[in-house]
Amino acid sequence: MSLPLTYSLRNLWRRRLTTTLTIAGMALVVFVFAAVLMMAAGLQKTLTETGLPENVVVIRKASTSEVMSVIDRKAAAVVEMLPEIAAAVSGRPLIAKEVVVLIALKKQGEEKTSSHSNVVVRGIEASSFPLRPQVRLVAGRMPRPGSMDVLVGNSIAKRFQGVELQQTLTWGMRTWTIVGIFDAGNTGFASEIWGDVDQVMQAFRRPVYSSLVFKLKTPEAFDRAKSAIENDPRFTLEAKRETKYYADQSEMMAKFLRILGMSLTVIFSIGAIIGAMITMYAAVANRTAEIGTLRALGFRRRTILAAFLTESLFLGVLGGLIGLFFASLMQVMTISTVNFQTFSELAFQFTLTPAIVAESLLFALLMGLLGGVLPALRASRLKIVDALRSV
Amino acid sequence: MLLFKILLRNAFHNKLRSFLTILGIAVAILAFGLLRTVISSFYAGVEAASASRLVTRNAISIIFPLPISYAEKIRQVEGVKMVSWGNWFGGIYINEKNFFPNFCVDPLTYFALYPEFILDETQKKEFLIDRKGAVAGRKLAAKYGWKIGDSIVLKGTIFPGQWDFVLRGIYRGRDRTVDETQFFFNWSYLNEAVKRLAPGFANQVGFYMVGVTHPDLAADTAVRIDRLFKNSLAETLTETEKAFNLGFIAMSQAIVTAIQMVSFVIILIIMAVVANTMAMTTRERTGDYAIMKTLGFGAKDISILIFGEALVLTMTGCLIGMVLTFPAARLFAAQLSTYFPVFLVSNSTLCLDVAAAFLMAFLAAVIPTYDALRIRIADGLRRIG
Repeated sequence: MSLPLTYSLRNLWRRRLTTTLTIAGMALVVFVFAAVLMMAAGLQKTLTETGLPENVVVIRKASTSEVMSVIDRKAAAVVEMLPEIAAAVSGRPLIAKEVVVLIALKKQGEEKTSSHSNVVVRGIEASSFPLRPQVRLVAGRMPRPGSMDVLVGNSIAKRFQGVELQQTLTWGMRTWTIVGIFDAGNTGFASEIWGDVDQVMQAFRRPVYSSLVFKLKTPEAFDRAKSAIENDPRFTLEAKRETKYYADQSEMMAKFLRILGMSLTVIFSIGAIIGAMITMYAAVANRTAEIGTLRALGFRRRTILAAFLTESLFLGVLGGLIGLFFASLMQVMTISTVNFQTFSELAFQFTLTPAIVAESLLFALLMGLLGGVLPALRASRLKIVDALRSV
Repeated sequence: MLLFKILLRNAFHNKLRSFLTILGIAVAILAFGLLRTVISSFYAGVEAASASRLVTRNAISIIFPLPISYAEKIRQVEGVKMVSWGNWFGGIYINEKNFFPNFCVDPLTYFALYPEFILDETQKKEFLIDRKGAVAGRKLAAKYGWKIGDSIVLKGTIFPGQWDFVLRGIYRGRDRTVDETQFFFNWSYLNEAVKRLAPGFANQVGFYMVGVTHPDLAADTAVRIDRLFKNSLAETLTETEKAFNLGFIAMSQAIVTAIQMVSFVIILIIMAVVANTMAMTTRERTGDYAIMKTLGFGAKDISILIFGEALVLTMTGCLIGMVLTFPAARLFAAQLSTYFPVFLVSNSTLCLDVAAAFLMAFLAAVIPTYDALRIRIADGLRRIG
């Protein structure tokens, strides 16, 4: 016969202060665990959503990001003629030849410091928009081709100084007018500034493209296009699916976050497990006589074991749920930091996935189990006579 | 003395619980110490920066170069003692995992500007003579087993191709705070190659390092240099080396802040554990306190007993944690030398450890003390166990 669940629950309720403190400790650990995983998930979501599977990015071989890449006009003209490229409505190939540079801008609230962030400026062509359906204009108007008009992404508009509509920016001895703000959702483009490619090239004295982006006629044509580009002896270029290109860029940061998160949670959980253990040992010590009585009444050793384990698992579950609740509130937060790999600013959100919920709860249960196992064993091993005598 | 004896007896009355609590505190202090050290090693570059060095770079952003012709112009600016220059090379050794900072620099002036990099005179001469020569830090050379005269090949990411170098010198740091994982080679080696491959990109440098005659003149000199190139094709931004390095940290501010927050969260977690222990201890001892009250001991005496016991626990744990921090930091430094070239436990970290332990003891004892003081003697005596 087993003891009712309420026996374990009411025991926890009897010692509210201790229970609350133990649960609080566990909740904090689960919170940190979930928050770090959510950060890594958010980063990867942002960068994988930035790319589309049917798009291909071409950059110079061995360069790890667009900023380092250099493609001259001749090579770009050759790539443009590939038969695997889809056609736009106009009949021309759907390819965007872009230039990417970094400029230093100040974030809001950094007026007095000398620090600034590196923001991507992308020189675009008219075909850049159909290639990126995630990007839509939310304020102002589209830039006129060949003009000094620029668009800013929503993350930039929110967090940086002097990037409101109709304000001007000065780089390369020229003045650029912000004519529109675009919303690119949760993608990396939201942290960019877009201007006309030829103007940007001129201003920065960089008469070469950084990357070519094109849409495939059919997704299967990728291998053919890739070998055509990479085996051409006239240039040393490299083609990647856009999804893979952006996933690669998040790799290092995501790994850093994961390692940091894992090592932290391991250390933290030691603290929380010890807390649970102390609580459960005290629970056993306080109720020695009670355990003796239960055993005398005929309850089995394993029933006692189960009752105490349930009690400590309850601690774990409650801690896990509370921790997850607070972690889920973090989803409204957006982090803007430098991506080590591209050296440019990137904004991303904490993202809670079902997998993270499951992992956190499992982790909380495990903490409860590990904390409760030794005390529960002690409880179940008490000799009836000794236990009854301890009154 | 008697008080101390009672405190010790009380603290270790329940051996298992005290052991677990102290273990928890020791782990927390260890983690706290390591995290603080991670943060301070983020700032190691700032600490090591000299007040009499300025960095001049392109005002648009760090990825844009400056013409080499600026060197002579900067040298003429009032307050400037010496000018050196370099480029971030971003080369990869065998594969991406073997990251270390590599720069090409003007060898003669660079080492003169950085007296903290100690290079043997004969090695320096060798380095100056050989255009393909390179100098590596002591830790870096030890990590890959390089010896003087070895040939090293880096794969360029910004400057494509395979670049081969001959190791001509190994520098040591003047003290332990100097980064010994950097790799330097001759700027003209890179420039000559660029001249051949992409003449449009030749004769450019990534940054100028400027030595000023007196640290007090740094701010004025920086303004003078920037004014010189105002309205030119490549406007400059000059700041002290400290500000320049701080700028890099500011970019990853979010991460530093996160680690900082987390280091306090762990103190909170362990505070909950200690508070729990203290709550249980005082509950078990309610009868004792009632008897003490009967005997005429006041609120002060009982508070001292409870706070003292908490202090004994946290201080023991803190001490163990602090002692463990040093070997752990050494292990950490060996494993993560790529990310953190300088990883030293600072005195301020140790002070923070002690402060955290005090805080833990204090906050953990507040509620139990309140409960113990509030209980009436009759109730306390009536309670068993």
